Amino acid sequence: MEFGFTTAAYVVAAVLIIQSLGGLSGQESAKRAVWYGIFGMTLAVIATLMGPGAGLWWLSAVLILAGGAIGWVVAQRVQMTEMPQLVAAMHSLVGLAAVFIGFNTHIELASVAGMTAEAKAALDGFAAVLAKKSSVEVSILRVETFLGVFIGAVTFTGSVIAFGKLAGKVDGKATKLPGGHLLNATAAAVSLVLLVVYLQTGSSLALLVMTVAALFIGYHLIMGIGGADMPVVVSMLNSYSGWAAAAIGFSLGNDLLIVVGALVGSSGAILSYIMCKAMNRSFISVILGGFGGTTGPAMEVVGEQVAIDTEGVAAALNDADSIIIIPGYGMAVAQAQQSVSELTRKLRAKGKTVRFAIHPVAGRLPGHMNVLLAEAKVPYDIVLEMDEINEDFPSTDVAIVIGSNDIVNPAAQEDPNSPIAGMPVLECWKAKQVFVSKRGQGTGYSGIENPLFYKENTRMFYGDAKKSLDALLPMID
Amino acid sequence: MKIGALTEVFAGENRVAMTPESVAQLVKLGHDCVIQSGAGAKAGFSDAVYAAAGVTVLPDAKAVMAAADVLVKVRGPEMAEARALRKGQTLISFFWPAQNAELLEAVKEQGATVIAMDMVPRISRAQKMDALSSMANISGYRAVIEAGNNFGRFFTGQVTAAGKVPPAKVLVVGAGVAGLAAIGTSVSLGAIVNAFDVRPEVAEQIESMGANFVFLEFDASELPDGAATGGYAAPSSPAFAAKQLAKFRELAPEMDIVITTALIPGRPAPKLWTEEMVKMMKPGSVIIDLAAERGGNCDLTVPDQKIVTDNGVTIVGYTDFPSRMAAQSSTLYSNNIRHMLADLTPKKDGVIHHNMEDDVIRGATVAHEGAVTYPPPPPKVAAIAAAKPKPKVVELTPEERRAQEMAAFKTETRNQVGMLVVGGALILLAGLYAPASFMQHFIVFVLSVYVGVQVIWNVSHSLHTPLMAITNAISSIIILGALMQIGSGNWLVIILAALSVFMAGINIFGGFMVTRRMLAMFQKS
Repeated sequence: MEFGFTTAAYVVAAVLIIQSLGGLSGQESAKRAVWYGIFGMTLAVIATLMGPGAGLWWLSAVLILAGGAIGWVVAQRVQMTEMPQLVAAMHSLVGLAAVFIGFNTHIELASVAGMTAEAKAALDGFAAVLAKKSSVEVSILRVETFLGVFIGAVTFTGSVIAFGKLAGKVDGKATKLPGGHLLNATAAAVSLVLLVVYLQTGSSLALLVMTVAALFIGYHLIMGIGGADMPVVVSMLNSYSGWAAAAIGFSLGNDLLIVVGALVGSSGAILSYIMCKAMNRSFISVILGGFGGTTGPAMEVVGEQVAIDTEGVAAALNDADSIIIIPGYGMAVAQAQQSVSELTRKLRAKGKTVRFAIHPVAGRLPGHMNVLLAEAKVPYDIVLEMDEINEDFPSTDVAIVIGSNDIVNPAAQEDPNSPIAGMPVLECWKAKQVFVSKRGQGTGYSGIENPLFYKENTRMFYGDAKKSLDALLPMID
Repeated sequence: MKIGALTEVFAGENRVAMTPESVAQLVKLGHDCVIQSGAGAKAGFSDAVYAAAGVTVLPDAKAVMAAADVLVKVRGPEMAEARALRKGQTLISFFWPAQNAELLEAVKEQGATVIAMDMVPRISRAQKMDALSSMANISGYRAVIEAGNNFGRFFTGQVTAAGKVPPAKVLVVGAGVAGLAAIGTSVSLGAIVNAFDVRPEVAEQIESMGANFVFLEFDASELPDGAATGGYAAPSSPAFAAKQLAKFRELAPEMDIVITTALIPGRPAPKLWTEEMVKMMKPGSVIIDLAAERGGNCDLTVPDQKIVTDNGVTIVGYTDFPSRMAAQSSTLYSNNIRHMLADLTPKKDGVIHHNMEDDVIRGATVAHEGAVTYPPPPPKVAAIAAAKPKPKVVELTPEERRAQEMAAFKTETRNQVGMLVVGGALILLAGLYAPASFMQHFIVFVLSVYVGVQVIWNVSHSLHTPLMAITNAISSIIILGALMQIGSGNWLVIILAALSVFMAGINIFGGFMVTRRMLAMFQKS
């Protein structure tokens, strides 16, 4: 097929993919947006298969279908609460693919360079494109390949570790090898030196050593980031996988790869930025792991945590007119979203105002809570963001905190020495009464004491969130 | 210890300081209880009920005074009762030490301890023994009931087959505990309620009860600081008082029921509802003056009496509202007493430990071990956190606002132009060295990043997870690279490319599938 036709198909595919991202601005248009994305992708694949340079199309088709079948089955089976792990696992595939493709470019480049002029003329496909490059272009190509492999490798190991942490297979705490950031910096410096070596000589060894260094950076970087920061990490890895695709696109001279890679890269970067802003932390401090140093002792918490039983909660809910529910990661862990939804339905049936307050970083993925609540069929128009609902707490009778901790910590506002000082939080303590559903008296992911639990209008509703709510349900009448 | 309850000797007092319910709690604290025969009769508690609850019923006051270590009462003691106290005995009742200096002296000479329920400090911890509040709550409720009793119309507006009934309009002056209770009761009866208080910080409480706050235009400097007086109202400045009266004059002709509850601690009640205002009111209107005992908020109030003025306005000046609901008020008061005794018996072993270090006990004790301990030192814990003055929002003049907008616009322009210049310069620099074929792709790259940024900012927050899933799916566009290489002659390239195609295939299908599943769940109610 003509080269012009492939380019035209790429343009259409690019427009469709941009549309599919743009369509996510609203819940209803988002359903259409997915189809734009699917068509864009199909068009791109078909155009490439039919376009110049592609061969072995039957093998490609078989592999796509085989991979697709696996992807389809996994996506069908996965629980909504396991979504963060799945997304992280899929990023690792993209990262690894980028590494392989980068290697291929290198191999082709090496073999083309050794050929005579006649042999070059006889080449077709990708090798032919390479053969036509001038020496400056070859240098640029090497830089691009090198970058693609580097970012791909970091994405690969990083995603694998993120998957492990999210799935609970790797300890969620921030751990570093002795040497800390210095190790990362050394590995990065080594990679930079290897880049120069590779530029000069095109040695395969330099590329391989760099890959190992990049794999190490990915592993060590993500190991050093605590579980609470995983939403940022996942979107950051998402961004990396995009940049890797863009770098590969440069090296292959494929504009659609560049366009889509840049889209994905910038979207992940913006998401990370939005989330860091919601936590009032700089992107750098999240990436480097752990909370920034504080300047003094944390404010002492006075008072005691007062427990309450199911009957007490039920009585208060039966009396309340307006209720705000604040879900957190604990709800996801306990798989309590169905019970929450049932509770909401019962309370709403009695004419009470029930709303949900979602903190931007609740859960382990941006928008994690929205997805879980949507899965449990909680109507999305009663699910509100922090900024929309924070002012309404003083006029609310009951606020129920289900498995969230740091995002409702008043210390962020009251204690300038708190590690989370200045982070915007849901001001649930302003409600007339607050119930906190929590497994025990422990601290949250960030390990800081939460003065909310000691407030006079707070009652602790200890126990597994799902069991507690299920016990509560029959008492709501 | 033996706790003894006496029959109230004050004329018309129906309450009693001990109920069968509170006895059960006192016994748990390790105390024994005795009561004078007939003490609870007017509140509806017979001797038999007390006996059944485990109280020893004694025939007369003398026997109770002799038997009990702690005496509980509602009203303060008469002089004769005070003289009958013995050394080491404790009396818990209302006492009003500021007004009853002579009585206090008598108690001191007897060597008895007196805990005045009216002196319990207003701190959160002591709310459970704040008898003034629990009695005021009853007064507020009863005031509305009393008003309804004397008011010839419905509270609620109705449209009936027989004609339309307008709702009653109620004005509550003074939004303390009694005022808020009155507001709540009248609102639930269906009246339109307006309320006024000199403390602007209670506006929110008034509105939370469903009444309109009567708003006065004033300067913040004219206002007394409510928090400095322990949450009670303080006398207002003449300028403020004049404005307040003017507002009442404006409201008087419209109001059907006026309930005044304004009191200033240690002073006669302020005159807020003048004779002139009474004259302006419609015939059939009702004024309930809860401040009658301290002289009344209304000029025409006669304490303990109900009068009807020449223009047909009923003015109720009863001073015994809680006593008119003796069963309810006895229950609450005896609970207040019970909580006080619980604080006095920290080990729940029936031994009273009179801890003068405790803010609440120290504050309420007016005589102890032969000494007058009134007035108490200020409590160690501030009663109410001083309200921070709200930062004033400075009203900007149009010129200032314009200047501000201009400045903001200028900084924005400077930032944007700066970024464009720097970005443009970098790209130009790259163009100087890089070959044209690279620059073609580079332009595409830069524009895509730009488009991506513009598009992603608009994605709604709740869709961030689907966004991530979909970007994950489309990042498998990297399959194109693998497809372009798979046709190579080198077997290693083919294997690596094939693996990439396979992995990207998983990602394409899995990613889009997951996104679809997620989005399908979003539904509108």
